[in-house]
Amino acid sequence: MRSPARRARHAPYLFLVPAITLFLLFFALPIGYAVWLSFRKVQVSGLGLGAGAREEVWAGLENYTGALSDSELLHGALRVLGYGCIVVPVMLGLALLFALMLDAERVRLAPFTRLAIFLPYAVPGVVAALLWGFLYLPGVSPFHFVLDALGLPQPDLLDGGPLYAALSNIAVWGGTGFNMIVIYTALRAVPAEVYEAAKLDGATPLQIALRIKIPMVAPSLVLTFFFSIIATLQVFSEPTTLKPLTNSVSTTWSPLMKVYQDAFGNGDIHAAAAQATLIAVATLVLSFGFLRTADRRTKQEAGR
Amino acid sequence: MSSLTLDRAAATDATGSGPGPGRPRRRIALIPTVTLLLGAVYCLLPVMWVVIASTKSGRELFSTFTFWPGTGFAENLTDLNSYREGVYWQWMANSAVYAGLGALLSTCVSAVSGYALATYRFRGRETVFHILLAGVLMPPVILAIPQYLLMAEADLTDSYLSVLLPQILSPYGVYLARIYAAAAVPSDVVEAGRMDGAGEWRIFTRVALPMMLPGLVTVFLFQFVAVWNNFLLPFVMLSDDERFPITLGLYTLLEQGSSQPALYTLVITGAFLAVVPLVALFLVVQRFWSLDLLSGAVKS
Repeated sequence: MRSPARRARHAPYLFLVPAITLFLLFFALPIGYAVWLSFRKVQVSGLGLGAGAREEVWAGLENYTGALSDSELLHGALRVLGYGCIVVPVMLGLALLFALMLDAERVRLAPFTRLAIFLPYAVPGVVAALLWGFLYLPGVSPFHFVLDALGLPQPDLLDGGPLYAALSNIAVWGGTGFNMIVIYTALRAVPAEVYEAAKLDGATPLQIALRIKIPMVAPSLVLTFFFSIIATLQVFSEPTTLKPLTNSVSTTWSPLMKVYQDAFGNGDIHAAAAQATLIAVATLVLSFGFLRTADRRTKQEAGR
Repeated sequence: MSSLTLDRAAATDATGSGPGPGRPRRRIALIPTVTLLLGAVYCLLPVMWVVIASTKSGRELFSTFTFWPGTGFAENLTDLNSYREGVYWQWMANSAVYAGLGALLSTCVSAVSGYALATYRFRGRETVFHILLAGVLMPPVILAIPQYLLMAEADLTDSYLSVLLPQILSPYGVYLARIYAAAAVPSDVVEAGRMDGAGEWRIFTRVALPMMLPGLVTVFLFQFVAVWNNFLLPFVMLSDDERFPITLGLYTLLEQGSSQPALYTLVITGAFLAVVPLVALFLVVQRFWSLDLLSGAVKS
């Protein structure tokens, strides 16, 4: 009986070989390479012609100081921050509202509405941005049509302040359904007896929702909040898709677009690598900071 | 009291067969139902629009009311078919390959990793798990740029592999597979297999894998949608439009459309047809599969 036991000791490592290999090749190696590149730069000697005229040299923190003093990157970060301040609360607020409504008693058409609200999850971000882009476009937009018929002024949805709302709306539309499902699943896991006592005490559905249901699903709210923030920081395809429809979305609208632009548009991979590393560090710090606070909170309320 | 439990039981029924026989009809909860219907209308609005807009000819698109169907669907379809010798259908086929094959490989890797992480106790288990999960936090561009440069070193850019390979490992897939394996594969079953003298691999493929199957369907669907919807990686890796997935193809069409608005009808018809497969997939699949599984829900 010794040999099966020994096999069992080796088995988990063997089973994890594919995942670890893929992780090293497509996660660890690229990240290491990006960090390495961020400390390098291209030095051009003379006219930059001929072999050896362009060589890669050590740059120290030069790319980082460059990135930190780059006002366009900072503005991009601020734009995304503003965008995130709309997207995350609205999306999660709606997701929670719909989840609570699905969980309400005597609600009709729940399976249909649940599927309908979830449907945008199956629509690629590019296609979602494209659909809404046309709905915003003057000349096609039904909003413009209605406002025109009423003789009201028609705001340009693809410029200035409304642009934030327009972009946020795409993210909210695409993300509400998935988060609703996560929260709804957590709600359904709460045993019915928990509400029954409150109900017997004469609590209204609103009170039950506020005092019992929402606190009970707090962990799933933390989870959805966490993933929403990460997704928001990484916004790329939606503004990129809207770009052909309006002049107000620049090629450097979000930090990731700026990184892409520097790497492939301007061909400065070293600057791009430094910016990418900074964004990754910011994401990690934010994520772990958030998880730790959330963890402390949940531990304060009775541990599982 | 009992009506509450009944209601919750009814809500569990994903197909929603309505109130059971013999139960008295009760009042509809108006506020929740109306709120959900408004949400449904909001979510279906752009989809309805694209269905209608795809029937409009180029002239009708800018002249008739948004939600009024046009007469040009057949014409739009012919235009789309003949655009660059049917490259649109090549994009669709590419997306199907990337998403189908990618999700299949991803599910296999997730299954075997999730099973190992759930079933065995070994040194470094939590460390491996957390490192794999940290992959979720990495902004895709940060990976995509060095991935592109490394792929260029390996002479693999602008190939099917350059889009397929980086998407096989899915941190969320491993996470879900671990949860499903922990819930669905009892340790005494694994132990019994060992007593019968079966090897570890044989126990996994013959005993554990069938038990994990419902969860693995979820991992597959999740990854299928993730790859199908991915834009950034192919955007970075590919330049030959024969290898584009549908997202990238539509984007390039739209980009050209800003100088030739005639292409807009193609973009819209293309977008409509691109939404159909995934919507159909979910409609078919949800008959025997619950959406809740997507968030890691496990029936005890």
